[in-house]
Amino acid sequence: MKPGSGATRQRAAGRAEPTTFSAERARRDFPILDQKIHGQPLVFLDSAASAQKPRQVIDAISRFYERDYANIHRGVYDLSLRATRAFEGARERVRAFLGAREAREIVFTRGASEAINLVASSWGRPHVGPGDEVLVTHMEHHSNIVPWQMLCGERGARLCVAPIDDRGELMLGELERRLSPRTRLLAVTHVSNALGTVVPVAEVVRLAHARGVPVLVDGAQAVPHLRVDVREIDCDFYCFSGHKLFGPSGIGVLYGKAEHLEAMPPYQGGGEMILSVSFEETTYAGIPHKFEAGTPHIAGVVGLGAAIDYLESQGIEAVAAHEHALLDYASERLSALPGLRLVGTAPGKAAVVSFVLEGVHPHDVGTILDQQGIAVRTGHHCAQPVMERFGVPATVRASFALYNTRADVDALVRGLEKVREVMSG
Amino acid sequence: MSELRELYQSVILDHNRKPRNTGAPEGANRLASGHNPLCGDKLSVFLRVEDDRVADVGFEGSGCAISTASASLMTEAVKGRTRAEVEGLFGGFHELLTGERGAAPGPALGKLAVFAGVREFPVRVKCATLAWHTLRAALAGSGATVKTE
Repeated sequence: MKPGSGATRQRAAGRAEPTTFSAERARRDFPILDQKIHGQPLVFLDSAASAQKPRQVIDAISRFYERDYANIHRGVYDLSLRATRAFEGARERVRAFLGAREAREIVFTRGASEAINLVASSWGRPHVGPGDEVLVTHMEHHSNIVPWQMLCGERGARLCVAPIDDRGELMLGELERRLSPRTRLLAVTHVSNALGTVVPVAEVVRLAHARGVPVLVDGAQAVPHLRVDVREIDCDFYCFSGHKLFGPSGIGVLYGKAEHLEAMPPYQGGGEMILSVSFEETTYAGIPHKFEAGTPHIAGVVGLGAAIDYLESQGIEAVAAHEHALLDYASERLSALPGLRLVGTAPGKAAVVSFVLEGVHPHDVGTILDQQGIAVRTGHHCAQPVMERFGVPATVRASFALYNTRADVDALVRGLEKVREVMSG
Repeated sequence: MSELRELYQSVILDHNRKPRNTGAPEGANRLASGHNPLCGDKLSVFLRVEDDRVADVGFEGSGCAISTASASLMTEAVKGRTRAEVEGLFGGFHELLTGERGAAPGPALGKLAVFAGVREFPVRVKCATLAWHTLRAALAGSGATVKTE
């Protein structure tokens, strides 16, 4: 199905007008941020868990349901054609966003987790056997550990782990040493959700490919913060979730090189993923539809397309520069607080500060900050091995998105001073 | 902010900083472990049970101020009590954390009444009850790890 010309024009418009980025102006696009929590203005510092949605995305979804909704790839009537055009137009936008060669290399999933599970199942089962190895790193989110653990358990393979150093950086030499003749796949995060470390994935892919090992990159934390080009990275698979990219939850993306996707068996059976069905035999559809059984989250895909348009209209490079400055400012101000230790101090980081406060459990910090309207994440961030590596049960994590400003950091610092005051009785 | 003061009362902060009855008491014959996977709180409760009575009790683990103080104050509250009395205390404590606002804590709760402020923070209830669930598992003699989520 070719993307409609309307969608293509929309994308071009999104790309063509990157204005000078202003976080204060971007902030006004997010209606949810304009409210008080416990009588204090909301300071939202948990975008790494899930980002808020701009008016543009909310409106795109409403408009789609109000005017263009029908099931896709089915009807001969106008509505269905419009819905299909919007859906496939979004696929084309995702392709351009990731720099993929072809739109059919873009598979819609429920999220990054499902994308990883899809690869573990459809690519992993035929390729990973007894005595083989799957390599991950010590800073993976549970989503990029558990599916491989399940696959290894099922196939009698071994899950190997590349270590990180005390700053939270991937140790490339150690990773290289763990790429053995039995390594069938390397699964690595692009940006660590718990530490903020940016992994030099292009370099990692080169190391792996030199030994004939394909690579899956988990880009869930990367796409809202840096320009991704899957052909430059040359990874075999790349995945992300819509909800961290200012889009709806329940929608995500798997990019796979066409030759891999073509060779892989379907992940789930159902409608949409077939060419013809009889009780004797089913002929599967081509990619990407082979991997999209059942009626998908159509409005979610439309919302994701709108979210990409939104981010492109702000200018990803400008957003990245803003967030980087904010991260430096936050690291500097937080480090100056007595008893505060940053967890994850890699030189290359994106939008995340994780820390512990001496003598105060992160959970207590979270409650006291919430009373001041400040939303942070506390806990293990679905990355228990990272917590264990740094010898802490949990951390406080403040994460930034394009709508955060220095004022948010200042509020966090004041909030932490209040934490000290409350906890010292 | 006054709700924060209610939550982090001085007795709670004191027990968080200096938890009482830490470690296994001499002759401990029951043990259970509790885990709150959401916040990473872990604790173990050790008991010496004699004639259906908690002759001695201790705990160790790591957690937030509410869970540490709750474990510490619990050990003080249950020492010397029969199993039935412990159940009664737990019932009253649970009611204090989750019941109707304004209901006065039963006099039997004693110092445990300092946890009344937790009621305003529903996500923290499990912090306060982890030690109690673990204690009850130890009393029941099931060695399984208790989880609160």
